[in-house]
Amino acid sequence: MPTTTFTMDDLTRLLRECAGEDDSIDLDGDIAAIAFEDLGYDSLALFNTVNRIERDYGIRLSDEIVAEVRTPGELLAEIAKHL
Amino acid sequence: MSTSTLTGRAGAGPGSGPVVVTGLGVAAPNGLGAEEYWRAALAGRSGIAPITRFDPAGYSVRIAGQLDIEPKEHLPGRLLPQTDHMTRLALIAAEEALADAGADPEEMPAHAAGVVTAASGGGFEFGQRELEALWSKGGNHVSAYQSFAWFYPVNTGQVSIRHDLRGPGSALVAEQAGGLDAISKAARNVRGGTALMLAGGVDGSLCPWSLVCMTKSGRLSTVTDPDRAYLPFDAAASGHVPGEGGALLVLEARAAARERGARVLGEIAGYAATFDPRPGSGREPGLRRAIDLAFADARVTAADVDVVFADAVGVPDLDRIEAAVLAAVFGPRGVPVTAPKSLTGRLLGGGAPLDVASALLALRDGVIPPTAAAVDCAYADAIDLVTGEPREAALGTALVVARGYGGFNSALVVRR
Repeated sequence: MPTTTFTMDDLTRLLRECAGEDDSIDLDGDIAAIAFEDLGYDSLALFNTVNRIERDYGIRLSDEIVAEVRTPGELLAEIAKHL
Repeated sequence: MSTSTLTGRAGAGPGSGPVVVTGLGVAAPNGLGAEEYWRAALAGRSGIAPITRFDPAGYSVRIAGQLDIEPKEHLPGRLLPQTDHMTRLALIAAEEALADAGADPEEMPAHAAGVVTAASGGGFEFGQRELEALWSKGGNHVSAYQSFAWFYPVNTGQVSIRHDLRGPGSALVAEQAGGLDAISKAARNVRGGTALMLAGGVDGSLCPWSLVCMTKSGRLSTVTDPDRAYLPFDAAASGHVPGEGGALLVLEARAAARERGARVLGEIAGYAATFDPRPGSGREPGLRRAIDLAFADARVTAADVDVVFADAVGVPDLDRIEAAVLAAVFGPRGVPVTAPKSLTGRLLGGGAPLDVASALLALRDGVIPPTAAAVDCAYADAIDLVTGEPREAALGTALVVARGYGGFNSALVVRR
């Protein structure tokens, strides 16, 4: 059993902090299956956010994760494997 | 060195013909936006004040032209984690300039529009914060955006991305002179066939790191009275104060501007850049040659020039040289000279573009903005310095002079 959880709320909070937020997009809506690109986040934005998640949660994700996950849902699933 | 290759007409191409300014964006310590700045400049309102961005108590320089904004009111949230203060100011000025020109590059063909900015050191404040994180906490605490946010061409990059400017893109570094070099380079791009160029510079980002770097020049004033710290051409001149901001200009071929019905603020008529001889050589500084070559490029003579926006560095020896050069070119008190930068501080790569913007607005309104009222010109027999109050005059042609630390001289002629 994981001792820590990482929820969609945690992800949106860190996305806002690390990569900002476009006024045109509601991160509090159901974004699990929306591509990061369509949410206004490029690979560098994702890289910055993943780096922060690794730091805050003491986990190490694969170097290719930024290229591999396309949506918030996929990223959450990947993080869950490491918690 | 030869300067002929640096003059504006070199490399004239398919778009040859006059290059005009159709839009202005301004961010200055005494006014955000071209019209607000212009009102402040004419009213002699200063943006120079004690530094509040950080505690300057431990530094020899405590006065600056600080420009504070609420970023969220001006920019999309997504840009905030990746931009230094000076880049935010540049993005605001770029948006204003394009709107002022009535131009929308996204509606233009793919490579029809580009951007050239002048810079000094890049995003110092951002860089300092990330370097502090690196040294105190470790590499995994450094923002990925540090990869470009500190970098001197970052304003060109961010403006290019935001407005889809996929044509020529570059950044020039020549301290104060670089702002004129950037405008001239963009004018060459227009002559070479690029339909629209955004050009100029917005610089700054006051922080301990940048202040320490700038004080190394020995040219910053340590006077702590904001009204007395930057007194160019005054017997009490003690150096200058740093400031934040600058201006961006939209440049187009006159024929194209006319065709789309754009309002024309003035023409970029001529330009030249020179480099000073090696210190101690005893040879004449390059300022005079820059002015002469810019006149030749514009095909004007001193008699055609109605106002000079001086470099006005506030360092006694350099003020004396500039006053003597202007007296030699125009004759003693031969032309009104002004230094509205005495109300903003010197804005590094943004300073000279702001002077060009001021010159264009002066031509538009027939009024010369004043030098700060506190300045008592010590070279009154050489130059007619407009001080304290604006001066109305019929203005057709203006000369903007800029010198950059390290030996750079540039001169640019604009006319109605």
